[in-house]
Order: sequence, then structure tokens, then C-alpha cells
Amino acid sequence: MPSAPDFELERSAMRHLADAQINVELDTGDMILNLGPQHPATHGTLRLVVRLDGERVLAADPVIGYMHRGYEKLTEFRTYPQVTTLINRIDWLSSFANEVPFVHAAETLMEVAAPPRAQAIRTILTELSRISTFILFLGEMGLQVGALTPAFYGFRDREHVLNLIEGATGGRFHPNFNRIGGLKDDLPWGWVSETRQVMRMMLDSCDQFEDLVAGNEIFLQRTKGIGVIPGEIGAAYGVSGSNLRASGVDWDLRRDGPPYLSYPELDFKVWTHPDGDSFSRYWVRLQETRESVRMVLQLLDGLPAGPVMAKVPRIIKVPEGEAWVEVENPLGQMGYYVISKGATGPFRVKIRSASFSNVSILPWLLRGVYVPDVVTILASLYFILGDIDR
Amino acid sequence: MLALEIGWGTTLAIKTLVVLMIIPLGALILGYVFLLKMMSHMQSRLGPMDPGGFHGWFQLIGDGMKFIQKEDIMPDGADRRVFAGAPAVVLISTFLVFLVIPMGPDLVVKDLDVGVFYALAVSSLSVIGVLMAGWASANKYALLGALRAAGQLIAYELPLLLAVTGVVIQAGTMNLNQIVIQQQENAIFGVDWIGNPYILTQFVGFALFIIAAQAELTQTPFDMPVAESELVSGYMVEYTGFRFLFFFMGEFGTAFAFSAIAATLFLGGYAVPWVHGDAANWIGPFVLFGKLMLVAFLMFWARFTYPRLREDQLQAFAWKFLIPIGLANLLFTAFFKVAL
Amino acid sequence: MARKKLPGLIGGLGITFKTMLKPAVTVQYPHEKEEPPTRARGVIALKEENCTVCMLCARSCPDWCIYIEGHKEKRPPRREGGRDRTVSVLDRFDIDYALCMYCGICVEVCPFDALHWSPEFEYSEHSIARLLHDKVKLGEWELTVPEPEPLEIGAETGKKK
Repeated sequence: MPSAPDFELERSAMRHLADAQINVELDTGDMILNLGPQHPATHGTLRLVVRLDGERVLAADPVIGYMHRGYEKLTEFRTYPQVTTLINRIDWLSSFANEVPFVHAAETLMEVAAPPRAQAIRTILTELSRISTFILFLGEMGLQVGALTPAFYGFRDREHVLNLIEGATGGRFHPNFNRIGGLKDDLPWGWVSETRQVMRMMLDSCDQFEDLVAGNEIFLQRTKGIGVIPGEIGAAYGVSGSNLRASGVDWDLRRDGPPYLSYPELDFKVWTHPDGDSFSRYWVRLQETRESVRMVLQLLDGLPAGPVMAKVPRIIKVPEGEAWVEVENPLGQMGYYVISKGATGPFRVKIRSASFSNVSILPWLLRGVYVPDVVTILASLYFILGDIDR
Repeated sequence: MLALEIGWGTTLAIKTLVVLMIIPLGALILGYVFLLKMMSHMQSRLGPMDPGGFHGWFQLIGDGMKFIQKEDIMPDGADRRVFAGAPAVVLISTFLVFLVIPMGPDLVVKDLDVGVFYALAVSSLSVIGVLMAGWASANKYALLGALRAAGQLIAYELPLLLAVTGVVIQAGTMNLNQIVIQQQENAIFGVDWIGNPYILTQFVGFALFIIAAQAELTQTPFDMPVAESELVSGYMVEYTGFRFLFFFMGEFGTAFAFSAIAATLFLGGYAVPWVHGDAANWIGPFVLFGKLMLVAFLMFWARFTYPRLREDQLQAFAWKFLIPIGLANLLFTAFFKVAL
Repeated sequence: MARKKLPGLIGGLGITFKTMLKPAVTVQYPHEKEEPPTRARGVIALKEENCTVCMLCARSCPDWCIYIEGHKEKRPPRREGGRDRTVSVLDRFDIDYALCMYCGICVEVCPFDALHWSPEFEYSEHSIARLLHDKVKLGEWELTVPEPEPLEIGAETGKKK
């Protein structure tokens, strides 16, 4: 112990001690952070357990099941019309599109074909639900990266489409309009011209979103290069729909899968983007919205006249058999595997939902990203919790 | 002012009252007009309509009353005095800025010769308040949020300073009252009926000031420290009740203050070119108010339109983009001041 | 499509400014009300004379929210020398709107056209028990049932429902 204090040594030692104290205070290494289940960034009750090292994510684990409602069990004890009512609520934003593959599977088993007018109206309503859910996405992704206004524009513009669906089916969110053999009702007077007007408004709305969000340099900085999914990895994880098309994979069940509804007669373009980052997912959905508008206008021009319901008995008993139908839903590929034993209701229904597989890529995708980018990536993948958990 | 003989004590009392009232009033007005009404109309909706009957003018006052009557909760491990002191520091720094803003040729609380320097120095005290809030919260993520916020605030002090220095060079003085008078009296390129508001020559400085003020207030697009409370708690997370109200008032009060400074430095403050003397004392506050609302409109307009920058992008924007532009602006201003 | 290309930051500001100048789309309920479309599924109304207590609606409801009780009564024959008739009389027809999911299967399935949709939606209650509408209340909703609208061009007319 030196008799006279060595000021140089003491001063540097003090500085190191102070630094060490701050480091201990700030040491977050391997912190576990729970995103959710209640959280403004996850669209519903998704819980994301992330292990952080300071700002970077080391590992992420999605924990799902907070909204499991037991659909597949419920369908075992319901008749076909009752099941149609329930499955509206799987993906509640594009609710009409959920009914279509199930009814198609039942019709395949019954060997009944819906008349062409019914198929055309089904296609129109499916595309309308696609437009409504994508318009909301275009606004709500802006909200997740911090812009407050686009979300309100999304909800505002979506109202027009919901009013159309309500005019035809009676329900804004849960149309419950499909029946085995066709549709419940025909369209009301004036619906076609109203739809044409609304489609023009939707095109203006898409332009607005392109200017306000997609063209915004700050948005580009926040989303370009974030959350890149290479095409093969996405396909390997079962990612489908716009997410996969944004990674450059040219695959759309409306064009490439077995023919269903009126898609074989339609002339439409499948949009892809080579980048695979969050911006390309936004861009692909923007273009697909415009494409859906064009499809609806085509269908309205060529709407065949005729009945909307085929000849089916009053009490429907579907003959024995199994049918698998997979379609291109707004969120991705949705499929129903229906096993029937000849009763009034299905014996077993297996629901393949798009968001379940889309979310499965999160552990791979979120390694090494910054915490603010996690929110951007979740927003760009666009899953609905009802679709994940069923 | 009105040729009244007002004693020193009365003057002091009036000045204190004005300064104390101006922050809550300013925060209320800015909050109602921009946050509640302008934002709502930009989003195609109406905003509050019922409280108070006429377009919901009572909404913010009601919110304030609600906050005041809440329970005062402090986290267990928090440092009590620092925790309580943080909002006070932020508020006091905002109050102090108003001491030098002139509302008329004689309507200034203290006509400091280093007015600009004082205003900037005092407004940066709020950084200390933010750090106090983060440290005292006994919450690791509050601390991280506070450090991030402090880093952002300090980074954006420089563009603010550089923008203001351009004006100071052009005016040749740091006295805010003198700056206003200069803008009123001088001519630009021989045209003198509008005076010489410095926005015409210092438009780069104006833009820099607005952007830097936006970042100082942690408003979108620079609100990652505060919006981070979505994921990782921001520095205000442990604050509830009236302490949160103080932070909120501090934010809008500072917006009021910065708008007032911008209006004074760039738009000519309380001066209208052809009004002098006593008449200027009467209409001065209203003119300043109008110009201030214009500047605040620009700031809030950007706030409600743009998404937010990530923290590292934000810092890069300040250091690699704004500061070089500020320095270039300074160079040009100095050159033109000397050459012309 | 050819649109002028301003930097996105400026274009965005223009959009919010233009939206600010346009009137807001808010409908200030309850001072102003919107008319729902004719087919909107608001509430189910019961036309008691048509009901024969066949129980089809109660059986087909996915939520089992319809409670029906009835009994059989003997009536005198319509003509002289005929058999006695038995009619089903409706004692109780309750729909529990706390359970109802507004799917419309009951309305569709009724063979006697006794149930109808009405667009009325303002029947919230302070207590859940009051959401059980008995047949008197359901009969009152009948007054609000609109006329079915005409169908679009190309639809097959003359079809029932």
C-alpha cells in the first residue's frame, strides 16, 4: 500500500469501476421478453417469447392456442348448414372465403354442381372479401411502423365493401351465404351498379395507399431488406399466399390448382416480387387488391343469368366419402379435408389454415433482427389469430 | 406599457402569473386543436364532440382533472426524490424558455441580450429530466428507453443550434426582441413592405429547426423512444396520474415553446410590418399566436402522416444528413452576410 | 397509370391535407343513424299464426337458443261428419339473443314462413336475462320486417325465397 495515493491509478480505477457498475446495471444479455398475448403489435392473442441480447433477438418462439375454439371438434356434432355458419369465424376478416372450400368439398362428395350464376356470385364475394381484408392490411401495416393515419383510411375504405356484402348477404362480417348446391339468395336490385362504383373507389384507395405509405421514404427504410424470406425456405415451411409470392415464387391456386369457382374463365395476373422482404409483401398485396378489383369488374360484366341453387333435397345427407379441397384464401392456402359417413353432418373435418403455417417460419425468420423490426415483420406476414388457432 | 405606474412587485406578480399560465393554456390549445381535432379530420373522423357540448372542447380539461385525482403510485425500488423530480425538471425547463419570448415590443418577461443562447440552453435541461425518469424507475427497460431518448435529444440539439446560428449571424444579435425588430425594419432585396422575415433567406434553417424540434419533442417520425413502449418500456412507463400529466403538459408546452421560438426567429414574431409602438403591444400576442399556430401546424402535420424511424436510422439521419446541411447553411449565411 | 411522381414524403403530406379538408365520415350515433340494408340480420321476428310447432328451427339452431313448448288440442271438424282435428298450439317460443349467432338457419329452415329477419338492431339491455325474447316480443318485431326487395337482373324470379 503506497503511502502517498497514486492519483493516476486511482482515477482510472475509479473510472473502470464506474463503467463496470453501469455495465452490470445495463446487462440485459439473454433477457426473455414476452410479446403478448395482449399486445398492440400482434394481431390478436399471439404470444412471442423472444430471447434478447441487448437489441437483437437471439431466438423467438411463437406460443399459439390462446384463441383455440375447437372448430374441428365442433364440426363433428353439427349439420352441414350449421358448420357453414361456424367456419365463417375462422378468419373473420375475409369470412366469405372460409365457407367456399368447405361447401365445395361437400358438393364434390354429393356430386352436385352449383349453377354458373352461383359460382360467379361466389367468386365475386370471395374477391370482395379479399379486397376488404387487403385494404385493411394496407392501412394497418402503416400503423405498425408508426404512421397513425393509414389505419383509419383502411377502416374507412373497407366500410364500402362491407356494406356491399351486407346488402347481398345480410351480414357484414359473417355472411353465412353459401349453401350446398349454391347460394342462399340472389343479389338484390341495384347491387351490380353499386359494386361497380365501389370498385372505382377501391382503385382510388389503392392509389392513396401507394402514395401515402408505399411511396413514403421512411416506410421504405423501415421495410426494405427487413425479414427476407428466400423462396425455397418459405415453401419448405409451408408459407403460402402473398407471402410466398413476394419471395418470387410464382404459385397461385386460383390459376395453378384444380379449377374451382369461376377462376378458369377469368383473365388475371399473378403478382410476384423478387425481394422477399417486408416491403415486397406489402407491394404484392397492393397489386393483388387492384387485380381483385379488375376480376370483380370482369365477373360483373359477364354475370350469367339463371338460378342460384341447384336441385338438392331439403334435408341434406352427404354420401360416404372423403374430399380434400384447397383454395387460395386472402391469407394463403386454406384447405378442408371432409370425411363423411352419410349423415347430415360431417364425420370429421380437418382444417388446414394458412396462418398456422405462415407463423411457423417466425423462429427461423426472427433470428438476429432488431426488436423494432420484429413488429414490422409480424405486420407484413399478416396472420389472423382465428386462422392460426381455429 | 400603458403609461401606468406599476410597482416592481406587481410587475413581478403579473409576469409570474403569465408564465405559469402559459404552459397549461398552450398545452391545452395545442392539444385540442392539433391532437384532437386536426388529427381527427386528417383521419376522416370527428374527434371528441360531446364533452362540453360544442365540439368537445372540454375533453382535455376533463382528462387533466382525471389525472390529478389519481392515486400516486411509485415503484417499490424507485428512488423517490429523483422519481418525483423528473417531471418537475422537464416542466421547469419549459417554463424557463418563456422568460425570453417577446409578445410585444415591451411585453417580454426578461429582455436578455443572450436570449437565443439562454432559450436553447434551458430547453436542453429536459434531457436531464428524461434521464432522471429512466434511472429512478428501477426498471431496466425504462433505463434503456431513457438512454435511447437522451441520445436522440442530444443528437438533435446540434441541428437546432446550427439552424438558429444562421439567424443570429444574419441578425447580428442574440436578443430576441432585437431579432424581431430587425425582421420588421429591414428590407429584402430592396422590397421593404413585408419587412425581412428570416424564413425567406433562412429557409434551410427553418426546415432544420422544424425537423430538429420534432425530434426534441420525440414526435413521430422520431418517436421510437416513446413508441418503444409498445415493446420495451419507454422512460415514462412507471409514471401514472399527475406525474404523467406533467410529462404530457411538458411535451405540449415544449411544442408551444419551440413553435414560439420558430415564429420569433423566422417569421417575425409579434411584429406586423406597418404596426409600431403601442398598437404593437396590443396586437402582438395575437400575431405571435397566429404565427406560432402555423409552425405548430407544420410540425403536427408531419407527425400524423409519417411512420417512425428506427433508432439507428434516426441517429444516422441527424449526424450524417442534418448536421452537414446545417454546417453548409452556416457557411453560406456567413458568406452572404459578409459579402452583401 | 401516369401519375406525377412527387417525393413520397411530400405526396403523403398532400393526402393527409386533402383528407383534412373533406368532411369526416363519422356518423354521430345516437344523434344520427344509418339505415342498414333491407337484408341486414338484426333481429328475428315470429309470426305466430303460421307456426305449427314443428320444432325444425329449434333443432337446426347451431347454438340451441330457441326454446319451444307446445301442446296438442282437439278442435271440432271443419265440415259436418268429419274427424276431429288436432292442432298444435304454441305455448312458449323464446329466442335467447345472448346465444343467437345471427346465422339465419332457423329463418331459412321454417317450412311455414313463420320466422322473418328484421334489420332492427337497437335492443341492447342492461341485464342479460332480458335478452330472452318471448313470443310476444318476437311478434312485435314482425312490425319492423321490411318487404323483400326485388332481385337483380338475371335472377330467376318465381322461386320461393
